[in-house]
Amino acid sequence: MNPTLVRLLSLIKKELQVVIGDTQSLRLLIAPVILQLLLFPFAATLEVKNNTIYVLDRDGGPVATEVIERLSHTPAFDQVRRLRGEADARRVIDRQDALVVLQIGPHFSERALAGQPEPIQAILDGRRSNSGQIALSYVQSILAGIPVGDALDASLPPLVVRHWYNPNLDYYRFILPSLVALIATFSALIVTAMSVAREREQGTLDQLLVSPLTPWMLFVGKATPALIVAMIQATIILVGSVFFYGVEFRGNVLSLYLCIVPYVLALAGIGLFISTVCSTQQQAFLGVFLFVMPGILLSGFVTPVDNMPEILQTLTWANPIRHFVAIAKGIYLKGALLRDFRDNLIALGCIAVVTASISLALFQRRLS
Amino acid sequence: MTPRALFRLAALIKKELLQILRDPSTLLISFLFPGVLMVVFGFGISLDSTAVRLGIFDRDGTPPARRLVQTYQHTPGFHVVEATSVAELSDQLRAGKIQGFVVIDVGFGKQVVTGSRTRPMVQLITDGAEPNGANFVAAFAQGAFAVWSQQELSARGYGPKSPAKAFGLETRAWFNPSTQSRNSLLPGSVTIIMTVVGALLTALVVAREWERGTMEALLAAGVSRFELVVSKLIPYFLLGQLAFTICVLMTHLLFEVPLRGSVGMLYFVGAAFLASALGMGLLLSTALKNQYNAAQAALNVAFLPALMLSGFVFEIRSMPLPIQIVSAIIPARYFVTAMQTVFQAGDVGSVITRSLFGLTLAAVGFLGLTFVNTRRRLE
Repeated sequence: MNPTLVRLLSLIKKELQVVIGDTQSLRLLIAPVILQLLLFPFAATLEVKNNTIYVLDRDGGPVATEVIERLSHTPAFDQVRRLRGEADARRVIDRQDALVVLQIGPHFSERALAGQPEPIQAILDGRRSNSGQIALSYVQSILAGIPVGDALDASLPPLVVRHWYNPNLDYYRFILPSLVALIATFSALIVTAMSVAREREQGTLDQLLVSPLTPWMLFVGKATPALIVAMIQATIILVGSVFFYGVEFRGNVLSLYLCIVPYVLALAGIGLFISTVCSTQQQAFLGVFLFVMPGILLSGFVTPVDNMPEILQTLTWANPIRHFVAIAKGIYLKGALLRDFRDNLIALGCIAVVTASISLALFQRRLS
Repeated sequence: MTPRALFRLAALIKKELLQILRDPSTLLISFLFPGVLMVVFGFGISLDSTAVRLGIFDRDGTPPARRLVQTYQHTPGFHVVEATSVAELSDQLRAGKIQGFVVIDVGFGKQVVTGSRTRPMVQLITDGAEPNGANFVAAFAQGAFAVWSQQELSARGYGPKSPAKAFGLETRAWFNPSTQSRNSLLPGSVTIIMTVVGALLTALVVAREWERGTMEALLAAGVSRFELVVSKLIPYFLLGQLAFTICVLMTHLLFEVPLRGSVGMLYFVGAAFLASALGMGLLLSTALKNQYNAAQAALNVAFLPALMLSGFVFEIRSMPLPIQIVSAIIPARYFVTAMQTVFQAGDVGSVITRSLFGLTLAAVGFLGLTFVNTRRRLE
């Protein structure tokens, strides 16, 4: 066998032993994947459920009673409670017992029966404005279902809404493919950035540098274990989401695995870059967080990239996590093809080449 | 405490401070890190959609259909792309180039005139892979459609008075009248940042002593468990408060989130939270004794759970009960509530007391476990 290849293989073998050699390290790579797979899909929902809605009914007439009756039959509100006065409203909002308080005016039923309905006042907790607005949209749709007089605009055709890929807009379906991206990110960065910093702290990096291995082989040697770990973690999540959560995999599994390669290489490039500018593990640790937190926050995982200001949207092209979150969601949920993500794949490739070249150049300068 | 022990504690703290000053990265954690992240949270995280890329395929082409297309084109907030086939639009939706599309079928114009309702002639398809976005697109597109309906009706002689109105809502949002998501998200962001700052500051400090062999020297010098934990806690607590100050200043001054409660209360709750966050870092460091593993654990334990299970974006009450129970052991959960309340509502006694209780329990728990896990002897 080619001696270069033998050297490379033994380097990879050594790296793998370090990464998954002892039980503590192995446990730390697998346990978080399982925990996150079990917790986050259930946790991530922007739906509003199990809230108590408080109503201040100054009317007491038949239409007000009908409204309250209908409210108590939605999953958004598991309880409908009545308030006695304005002061009570203040108290339940302040203490976060209520997300929304509705106030029905004294002539509500009378006017509604006359065909001139007056609006219901809604007070929501601005600290949780997003959930409050979602809750109000439920109230609105309930109110829209209560007939008033004869509805004239029924003669026009309605706009029918269909949600493709995820008809019920379940959040867990949205979270699962993104989890593949997030978990691979953590381990790929730890395996590259922290491990080089550790070798430097322990002095074994010098040994590697004086060995006949070229810097590019060192890169491959560090990136391969990261790739293997990422593939294993991705597989755990994919199996869990298909069999445990029952989310159908619409695309080609092979093309998703294929996309993990440029993604992990881009992360390995960044990890190596962090490790070349840091001299201790503490510094590399900070470097990893300094990249990973903005990276995840600006990836479209938490809130959509489209909501960001123009400049930030452009900047996110340099963020590998953004590209892979889009790819994973696209292939998994929408059955997207590789050609749909040509731009994203090119971007990942560029990030990998640029960061790896810079860090290897820095390595070499240190050598000479 | 004897004067001798006090002297030893002071010496240990001095040693820790010297170590902090020697490694600039620790100082960066309290200055640079919170600053960068506040900017990312402030500008990058928003639940308020600004523009919707909407595709339209008008297969009908009659005047009412054209007027509907025009209504969409003229509604601010829509970037309308007209296409000539459904296949073209579904390709774009799959690739994420558009967020939804409207298809107007042949016969739509006729349906508008005759008022018959045989089958739906106009459909909106959204990208369900982005649930929040899909909801928004649907609501937004329905709104524009209602505008078009109103115009069609009044063109046919129905005045604005004659059609019976449905029941409406008149909304007021207390504490945050403009309902900007930023105002409630930013005080929550401070929580996430401080969780990570806590982990960054302490997750490696004990493990580092074990790895470098300096722990043996400390143990040989007869340092007690209490002295060891306290000497690691005090210097990083001060740095943590510095980071907290930067976060609070940026939230209030740069992003103009009103502060309705008192600064004293902010720091009081902040101190309780910091103790729990540092305690968590110290516990990882003490239990794992290995910087590499502690870093990995901290990355998984600190950031994502605080983001997902704290109520920062996702409502805790909407989660299934077992997940709500798990979230009860995440200190960030109590801090998110307290920060949002102190910033936007003021010092509301009952909310703050509940949060403080949770935070104190977490701090005592983590620090207590650290104390128990600290070994005084070498194995």
